[in-house]
Amino acid sequence: MATPLTERLKADGTAVSIGEYEASGGYRGLEKARAMSGHEVLDLVKASGLRGRGGAGFPTGMKWSFVPAKDDGGPRYFVVNADEKEPGTMKDRILLEGDPHQIVEGIAIASRAIGAEHAFIYIRGEYLASAAALERAIAEATERGLVGRPEEGRGPEIEIHLSSGRYLCGEETGLLNALEGKRPNPRNKPPFPQVSGLWGRPTVVNNVETVANLPHILREGPEWFKALSPGSDAGTKLYGVSGWVAKPGVWEMPMGATVREILEGKAGGMAEGRVLRGFLPGGASTDFLGPDKLDLRMDFDSVGKAGSRLGTGTMVVLDDKTCPVGMVLSLERFFSRESCGWCTPCREGLPWIVRILEALEEGRGEEGDLERLEDLSRKLAPGRTFCALAPGAVEPLQSALKLFREDFEAHLRRKGCPWK
Amino acid sequence: MLSELERTAIRAAVERLGDRRAAAAETLAMLQRERGWVSDEALAEAAMVLGMPREELETVATAFELVFRRRVGRHVIMACDSVSCWIKGADSIVALIKERLGIGFGETSADGEFTLLPAGCLGLCEQAPAMTLDGLPYGRLDAKTLDEIFARIGEDKHGDSAH
Repeated sequence: MATPLTERLKADGTAVSIGEYEASGGYRGLEKARAMSGHEVLDLVKASGLRGRGGAGFPTGMKWSFVPAKDDGGPRYFVVNADEKEPGTMKDRILLEGDPHQIVEGIAIASRAIGAEHAFIYIRGEYLASAAALERAIAEATERGLVGRPEEGRGPEIEIHLSSGRYLCGEETGLLNALEGKRPNPRNKPPFPQVSGLWGRPTVVNNVETVANLPHILREGPEWFKALSPGSDAGTKLYGVSGWVAKPGVWEMPMGATVREILEGKAGGMAEGRVLRGFLPGGASTDFLGPDKLDLRMDFDSVGKAGSRLGTGTMVVLDDKTCPVGMVLSLERFFSRESCGWCTPCREGLPWIVRILEALEEGRGEEGDLERLEDLSRKLAPGRTFCALAPGAVEPLQSALKLFREDFEAHLRRKGCPWK
Repeated sequence: MLSELERTAIRAAVERLGDRRAAAAETLAMLQRERGWVSDEALAEAAMVLGMPREELETVATAFELVFRRRVGRHVIMACDSVSCWIKGADSIVALIKERLGIGFGETSADGEFTLLPAGCLGLCEQAPAMTLDGLPYGRLDAKTLDEIFARIGEDKHGDSAH
């Protein structure tokens, strides 16, 4: 089973050096890209079927293709979104800390495709080890003339921006505002960043894992990439599991591995004495799925058809000794705290949801509370808010209200949390 | 209030980025790094150096959780309370820390040693429950590991005073 993204990672957790990276085929993808036109690189990535690994699953080549083809002489930017803060998600950190040259090479390839001479890595403030590894990798690659000399056609110049922290910095337009030194409130779309992004210039923002795939796609070709997975979604995926399982962790597997292969095969099944009740397939802002979904393929389309989203591919597992209402309260507290307050449904709706869930947990629940939660879920649905934060926040809530209905009702009936 | 070094750093950021606003983010991060928190006075003076209204810089400062607008203790603990850590007992870890330090979230211990803050997911989910202490990650927390961590800080403190 091929694991191109993680095969170089060292057991001691230290970063792969430039010597080790080059000895194992590193920077050959960039060499190929430099022998091609930007448009040819774009077409190759398009043909590979790579979809964005940040959560939305948008085809990467298509995302790039919206950058205006005509060069007006002004700057273009490539930005790596390394602001990993979706609760339950820890996959990008492993790539950043362990194999930073893979990211640097990916940045150089993407920049070639869209004609960017400047690139930024926007990284969350807590990932100090990742930032240090990247800084060193950029210095090493610059010294060898692999990047950092746009005037000689050996771009781009890469700058690390350490975030001062906020969930919305991970939303691509919020990220761009933060880079410009503004509050990280999301922007109106259109215009999309590819047309008017950083300082009003064409900009592409891609997730860390997406970028990590590029060197391999360039080196081995689109057909090789497609053959990595058994299904229609190409490549491999970093899957993670957290919660009460035997061995929480992150593993690279073919895209479309089943929940069972990940949960039982890699995470060793549930922790002793715990029974699976459900799981969030890809981070906090995805709908709960039940234990009947063990044979579901974890790819974008399959999880979508099952009523949730692949999201970041890092599962959070709910067991029978953990209260589903308490879990949803933890999730909604996070989203409520991270709301930027710009639009009313999110600013008012999320704290209201938190108050009702707190009341249920503390035995102050009232008749009609569950219906109010359902109503609020609908009122924060896509299309009713400025950005995707609130719609994401109600995904676990609306699905929990269906899957764990009897638990919510028990909180009302027994005037408190049965788990306490 | 601001040192000459800090003023120079702000001006250099403006020049390098060619943009006052972009330099605002960098300025706040720099002050936070140098001072551990950003006081009203520091913020007002930085705004003057940047050439923007104090209020404008304030809107940026208050948007980010790692820019502290109140004085914090010598050590800052950020305890994750997001979902993976919550499932693994973050509540009881936080209770242990609160009991040991005699403070709640957002408070600083009377001796000025510790400030405790809640943190959104730290990206350490496979090591839950987790926290950061002065920016360094600590995972798989329980009563025993907490004891060890606090004991180590105690030793460092002892070492400091010996010099």
